[in-house]
Amino acid sequence: MNLFQGFRLAFKSIVSNKMRSILTMLGMIIGVGSVIIIVGLMQGVTNYIVDSFSDMGINMISVRVTNTGTRHVDEADMFEFVSNNPDVFDSVTPLVTSSFTIKNGTASIENETITGTAETYEKMNNLTLSTGRYINYADIKNRKAVCVVGTYVVSELFETNNVLGKTIKINGEPFTIVGIIEESEDSEEGSADDCVYAPYTKIARMSYTGTISNYSFATYGREYVEDGEKLLDDFLYEKLLDEDLIKISSMTSLLTTIDKMTSTLSAVLGGIAGISLLVAGIGIMNIMLVSVTERTQEIGIRKSLGARRKDILSQFIIEAGSISAFGGTIGILFGASLVIFIGNIVGVNAAPTVGSIILSFSISVGIGLIFGYMPAKKAAGLNPIDALRSE
Amino acid sequence: MEQGKIEEKPLIELIDLCKIYVTGDEEVRANDGINLKIMNGEFVAIIGKSGSGKSTTMNIIGALDVPTSGKYILGGIDVSQMKDDELASIRNKMIGFIFQQYHLLPKLNILENVELPLLYAGKGKAARKEAAMAALDQVGIKHKWHNFPNQLSGGQQQRVSIARALAGNPSLILADEPTGALDSKTSKEVLAFLKKLHDGGTTVVLITHDHSVALQANRIVRLYDGKIIFDGPTDEYIEFESKLDNNLYG
Repeated sequence: MNLFQGFRLAFKSIVSNKMRSILTMLGMIIGVGSVIIIVGLMQGVTNYIVDSFSDMGINMISVRVTNTGTRHVDEADMFEFVSNNPDVFDSVTPLVTSSFTIKNGTASIENETITGTAETYEKMNNLTLSTGRYINYADIKNRKAVCVVGTYVVSELFETNNVLGKTIKINGEPFTIVGIIEESEDSEEGSADDCVYAPYTKIARMSYTGTISNYSFATYGREYVEDGEKLLDDFLYEKLLDEDLIKISSMTSLLTTIDKMTSTLSAVLGGIAGISLLVAGIGIMNIMLVSVTERTQEIGIRKSLGARRKDILSQFIIEAGSISAFGGTIGILFGASLVIFIGNIVGVNAAPTVGSIILSFSISVGIGLIFGYMPAKKAAGLNPIDALRSE
Repeated sequence: MEQGKIEEKPLIELIDLCKIYVTGDEEVRANDGINLKIMNGEFVAIIGKSGSGKSTTMNIIGALDVPTSGKYILGGIDVSQMKDDELASIRNKMIGFIFQQYHLLPKLNILENVELPLLYAGKGKAARKEAAMAALDQVGIKHKWHNFPNQLSGGQQQRVSIARALAGNPSLILADEPTGALDSKTSKEVLAFLKKLHDGGTTVVLITHDHSVALQANRIVRLYDGKIIFDGPTDEYIEFESKLDNNLYG
C-alpha cells in the first residue's frame, strides 16, 4: 500500500465523518491559528516600534563629552572626524540647547527650548519645511540671529500663519524667522511642532557655552551604528583619555534590547498558544482511538485479506496526520486572515510570518503523527479473528 | 510422471493439531489432535455443531491463527509457527476467504473491495483493476463495479465477496458458512458457484453446521469435541450419519 492510497483512504474517512472530523480539527485550527496570530501580532508590534524609532533617528549616535581644562574636543575636531571616516559617518551636528523666553509683542512662551544646530541637522532629522529655508552655513559662520520655528510657536505668537521674515525676540534678542517646519502633530505644546532651531554658534554665545559638549552623528544606516560607536569611542578616548568624560548612546542599542524583549515575549506567548496544539493532538488521539474501536471489523477484514501490521499502522497514522495537517492548513488560513484583520483594527501592520506558518504546520503534522501512532499501533496489533467477530 | 507426483502432494496437511484456549482456570481443547490431508482440487466440507472446534480449525487453516501444538503445512510450507506478518502474507497469496456476513467494506465500492487483496499484494493500479474486473466478471456482477455494498442484495454481496476471494488467484478458497445469511434460493446459487469453482480445479474448503450445505461437497470431515469423528466421501457420510447416535452427537 503506497502513500497515495493512504491519503485517499484518509480523505474518505475524513469526509464520511464530517462533523467528527471538523470537531477534531477545531483544536488544531485554534492551536495553529493562535500561534500564527500571536507571532504575527508580536512581529507587527516590533516592526511598529522599530519604525517609530527609525523616525527618531535609528542611524544616529549621540555623543556627550565633558571637556576639561587641559583636554577638550570641539566641533572642528568632530567635523574632521566625520570627514576622516566617510564610509561610516554621513554627517554631524553640534547641539546646543537652552531655554529662553520667546516673544512677539505681548505674546510670549516661557522656557521654550531653543535648539542650536548646524546646517546638517535638517537632513539628519528629516525635517520638512512648509516654507522658507533651514539654517545655512553662512548663518552659522556669522552667528546670525535667524531661526526656524514649529507651528506651535507660530500659533502661540502670531495671529497669522504667514510669518516668514517676521521677527521674534529670544531672550530679548531679535531673531528673524527664515523657515517654518511643517505641522506634524496638531501644533500641540510639547510635540514635534513645539520647536525653535537656530545656529548653534549663536545659541552657544547666548547661553555662555564655551566648548560644545553635545553632538549628534548620522551614520549611513542602522547597521553602521555599532562600528560608528566604536570609532567614536576610540577617537574620543584618544583626545580625552578618560572613559568617564565620554558618553555615547544610540537608538540602535536601545532597539536591540527592545528587539530581544519582544522576541522573547513572542516566543513565550507562542509557546503558550503551542500548548493548545498539544491539546489538539490529544483530541486527535482520542478520536483515533474511538475510530479504531469502531472500525475493528474493518481492520479484521483487511487483515484477513493480507494486510500486514505496517499496512494498518500506516493507514491510521496517515489518517491522523491528514486530519491534523488539514486542520493545520485551515488554522493557517484562519490565523493569517485574523492577524491581518486584528492588525488593521489595532493599527499595527501585522502579517503572518513565514516562520510561524512553517513551524505551526510542521508541528501540527508532527503532532498528528505522534498522537496517531498509539491508536494506529493498537489497530495494527489487533488479532484478526477477534477483529472479524466484532460487530 | 512428474505431473502426477505434484497432484499427489497435499495442499493442506494438519498433523496432530491441538489448539488450547485458557480462560481463567479452565482449559478448553478446541482442537484435540486433528490429522487431516486435503489434496489440490478437492471440495471438502468441515461440519460440526457449535463448540465442535470447526471455527478453530477454520482459523488455523485460514492462517488467521496458529496451533498450540502440532503442525499445519499449507502448500508445502509450515505455517504453524509463523509470525503475524508472515501469516498475513500467506493469507494474501494463498487463501481466499468467503465469510457468512460477506465482510465487505461499506465505504469502498465493489471494485475497490475486490481490489483489496491485490492492494496488499502490492499490485499496481492497472493490474489490480484488471484482475478485480476479471473476478467480478467471473461471478457475473461486473456491471455493478461502481456500486457500494449497501446497494446490492445479500446474494450479490456474497458474489462480490467470492470475487474478492478469487481476485488474488489463491490456492485455497475457504468458505465460512457462506450461505448462513442467505435465503434458500440464493444459497443454492452460491453453492452452485462454489461447485463450479471446484470443477474448474480450485480447492474449496467449506465450513458449515448445515448438513444440506455440507452435502454439496465431495468429501466431509465431521468434528466433535475437537476431534475428527468422520472423514470420507459424501455418500459414506450419509450412511454414517443415519447410524449416528443423536443423543450422543447432537
